[in-house]
Amino acid sequence: MRMSRTTLSLACAAGSLALALGAATSARAEGKSLTMCWAAWDPANALVELDKDFTKQTGIEMKHEFVPWTSYADHFINLLNSRSTECDLIIGDSQWIGGAAENKWYVKLNDFFDKNNISMDTFLPATVVGYAEWPKNTPNYWGLPAMADAVGWTYRKDWFAKPELRAEFKAKYNRELEPPKTWDELLEVAKFFTGKEIDGKKVYGAYIFTERGSEGITMGVTNAMYNYGFDYMDPKQPYHMDGVVNSAGAAKGMDVYKELFKCCQPPGLTNAYMSEGLDAFKSGEVAMQMNWYAFFPGLAKDPNVGGDKIGFFKNPAGPAGDFTQLGGQGLSVVAASKDVDDALLYVKWFAQPEVQQKWTDLGGASASKAVLLSDAYKKSASYAPSFVESMDMVKDFWAEPLYVPLLLDMQNRVHDYIVADKGTSQEALDALVKDWKKVFKQEGKNPS
Amino acid sequence: MNGTNATQTLVDRAAVRTTAPVARRVRAMSDRAIAWLFILPTMALLLAINIFPLIWAIRLSFTGFMANLPGAARFIGIDNYVDILTDEDLWTNFRITAHFVFWTIVLQVLIGLGLALLINQKFRGHGFWTTVILLPMMLSPAVVGNFWTLLFQPQIGPFNYLIGFFTGIAPSSFTMIGSVALAPWTIVLVNTWMWTPYVMLICLAGLRSIPDYIYEAAEVDRASPLRQFWSITLPMVLPFLMLAVLFQAIQSFVMFDLVNLLTSGGPGSTTELVSITLKRAAFEKWETGYASALAVILFVTIFGAANVYVRALNWVKQQ
Amino acid sequence: MSTVPSPRPFSEPSPLVRRLAGAAVVFYAIVTILPLAWIGLTAFKSQEDAIAYPPKVVFTPTLEGFVDLFTVQTHQPHDFFAKLPPPQTWYEKIARDRDMVIAGPSRVVERFMNSLVIGFGSTILATFLGTLAAYAFSRFRVPLADDLLFFILSTRMMPPIAVAVPIYMMYRWLGLYDTRIGMILLYTAVNVSLAVWLLKGFIDEIPREYEEAALVDGYTRLQAFRKVVLPQAVTGIAATAIFCLIFSWNEYAFNLLLTSSDAQTMPPFIPFIIGEGGQNWPAVAAATTLFLLPIVIFTIALRKHLLRGITFGAVRK
Repeated sequence: MRMSRTTLSLACAAGSLALALGAATSARAEGKSLTMCWAAWDPANALVELDKDFTKQTGIEMKHEFVPWTSYADHFINLLNSRSTECDLIIGDSQWIGGAAENKWYVKLNDFFDKNNISMDTFLPATVVGYAEWPKNTPNYWGLPAMADAVGWTYRKDWFAKPELRAEFKAKYNRELEPPKTWDELLEVAKFFTGKEIDGKKVYGAYIFTERGSEGITMGVTNAMYNYGFDYMDPKQPYHMDGVVNSAGAAKGMDVYKELFKCCQPPGLTNAYMSEGLDAFKSGEVAMQMNWYAFFPGLAKDPNVGGDKIGFFKNPAGPAGDFTQLGGQGLSVVAASKDVDDALLYVKWFAQPEVQQKWTDLGGASASKAVLLSDAYKKSASYAPSFVESMDMVKDFWAEPLYVPLLLDMQNRVHDYIVADKGTSQEALDALVKDWKKVFKQEGKNPS
Repeated sequence: MNGTNATQTLVDRAAVRTTAPVARRVRAMSDRAIAWLFILPTMALLLAINIFPLIWAIRLSFTGFMANLPGAARFIGIDNYVDILTDEDLWTNFRITAHFVFWTIVLQVLIGLGLALLINQKFRGHGFWTTVILLPMMLSPAVVGNFWTLLFQPQIGPFNYLIGFFTGIAPSSFTMIGSVALAPWTIVLVNTWMWTPYVMLICLAGLRSIPDYIYEAAEVDRASPLRQFWSITLPMVLPFLMLAVLFQAIQSFVMFDLVNLLTSGGPGSTTELVSITLKRAAFEKWETGYASALAVILFVTIFGAANVYVRALNWVKQQ
Repeated sequence: MSTVPSPRPFSEPSPLVRRLAGAAVVFYAIVTILPLAWIGLTAFKSQEDAIAYPPKVVFTPTLEGFVDLFTVQTHQPHDFFAKLPPPQTWYEKIARDRDMVIAGPSRVVERFMNSLVIGFGSTILATFLGTLAAYAFSRFRVPLADDLLFFILSTRMMPPIAVAVPIYMMYRWLGLYDTRIGMILLYTAVNVSLAVWLLKGFIDEIPREYEEAALVDGYTRLQAFRKVVLPQAVTGIAATAIFCLIFSWNEYAFNLLLTSSDAQTMPPFIPFIIGEGGQNWPAVAAATTLFLLPIVIFTIALRKHLLRGITFGAVRK
């Protein structure tokens, strides 16, 4: 009993000491500073490096708040909603633009751009529409394109070069073993590799996104569906979805993705997104991998699968289109920030051509035309040419203020069909149209 | 206990200086005052953090409020409740939750009670091994859900390899968390792994509370061990077991972290517990009114069931 | 029928039965520990080893996982390394070997401190309030006692997610969002119901005669409480403290929803420890292992009271 009393009082002492220490260390340092908020991944580390230059130039300290992708949207939308002053600058997802504009989370940048001669023409048009504009296709800017990104594919160049495999493929399919240009070719190549023993291990044809919780499987399946005829709404009739979302082509696109999943996805990857793909590719488990271009610089440098062993190709085309899913984010100033002027100073600095170039060099992905369309860039890395091509054919998910329920509904229906084998693709899309109509009615729009 | 110290010295000094009849009166008043003083902070805290939000949630459940949009709550009557009770998908989620709770309880009771009986044989080192068995319970359910995804990975995780080693099935031929057939059992498995020690502990406490003389009397009456188990052990452990079942059932019914991190409710929605649906509605879709209605329904279900159950428990205790 | 007790009363099982029971329990214990053992091993693997297939049981141990956990590292182009002085410390060397430079400490220590402060803080508060309330319910005639006690129990029946939205709004309004005090109050509120129930049962078992004697001797009620009842209640208090700590230490949902960075504890942090684009399993495993240690130590120190505490607390109403 005595021992436990001592233990209890020790616990009390530890608790109060911890409390005291905690209180002491939470006192913040004084001096000018800005907090930059983004997701926690490799490019974020590059941003930390880049921002050192800004601090050198202006004396303003840059603090960073990086949140893992799985809670990135939840966390920051929460923050923005509650008008928190925690972030001064935010590199927010392209999907948030609608909500940000209508709820005035971001500072509208038109006047600022005009005063400082920052022209949106210096950025790739797709990135301007995707990361800055709301409403879409109108010159109302809520962000500066910061991180250009799209879905692309990597493949094991060394495996594709093996003579015995090339011979076998040619004999079977009567064409050379090359990176696929259409989804039909993609299926063929993936099935070819699945089950083979390479380097002593059983390998699989392709890794695709299947994540259920946030946005994974949607960001994957759209790459097939866009190219078979899926669209979000009739371009001539806003929010008209019947026959557009659930067209026969759209259903076929979903079927093709499911076929690829069933035949050639490594086992167990039924809830996998970016990191599992990188793991699968790096450990030599798959011949081809779908992932975001943001990771390709890191993969190119990988000691196990980088260098000459890795190749890149843009998302294959389909009978009805040649698109790829847009990723990427724009840099915005948080309206609730206490240091809007300093934050705008940062935006002005970030928009400079030299900074954009250094941003790409360090591992970010500038959306500036000067950087991406230069010859130097195309030669700088093996993924560069397909990246530039991809950025020209991007299509994005809804960026409505209520995009989250739209996304979650699609996640639900798609995962149910593709992974849980529920119903048919047509049924899934019909149900999705019903779901989306309900959401749009909540927003006050007139869906059909 | 600093509070009582300060009050006590005051009381001491007062006690010393007052005359006997006054002292008696003061002591009598102190009793009631002490009672209220002791209970009030707890009640105040519970009212503020449990009851007030509950009432607020009930109020919200009759509105179409969305916490992420500006604007006040719009009264829509019982629309949310009607939506919930007529939603096929939601009934499926309830069914999935019921399956999860039922099988978890069954396994935990069988294994937990069994372990308690075995440990009660007091073999050498039983204290040490009991502590070892307690370890899974001391982890965070979220962390558990997360690292079991690694363990269940068919290619890189040890679970499938172990099964393959003992049964000859190829490790990559099945996935515990990715197959529609296996996933609901996988969440039962992990939940059982984690919380069986809790049931075991309570049963052990129950077993230890049975006085020896009852068994000795039974020995004298030449009752067989099986008879003794049936008519002494089981009835006397039953109240403890039932209490453990109550706590575990409530906890499994509202379980969120473990399953969400293990399967995200997938594949598809085959392991989407009602708590996951609730979290998505409340904190991702921000359908606050709808989520509140769902929460109220859950609460009423649990409250009602627990009420009935506690009555049964009391009846058992009286036997 | 003789009244001599049989040579082997039921309470002492035969050596054979004992050994069999022991074997079964040890078997279960080992099987149940294997997953934890695997995580412990993973903490010492390199990233490649952690995701190797087939899974590796034999590997060269490294402290990479721990370094990744405690530091933030950045990739640098090769020419950058040429300009740097050679690594000073063992952890710098580990980072350099993977073409990275240590850019500063990670935020895991802050999270761990938060867990300590919030975990122990709420445990102490809940146990303290619970003891007081339990004593009052046990010794005094409180009006509507049975109803109040059931009310206290019923606060446990609300799914946490359900009250999370109103609490979230309430906390934002009160300025308690993302504060340690806010989390401590919340966890205390959740724990105090269990504490009151467990402790009341235990205090009920303490014979009133001792207090009555003390009161007759001239002690005040509070003195009797402190000098007579508390020492005998220590076992129950210890058991209650363990259960409260286990909850507060490991709680995830509320912390995820009601904090962002200042008051975030380890559970919402650990599953999201990201490496170069993917989940950093060695770092996650390292964090899990380190996070488990304090609570294991606390439980082992108080283990004798754990069992006794439940005996009395759990069943009595």
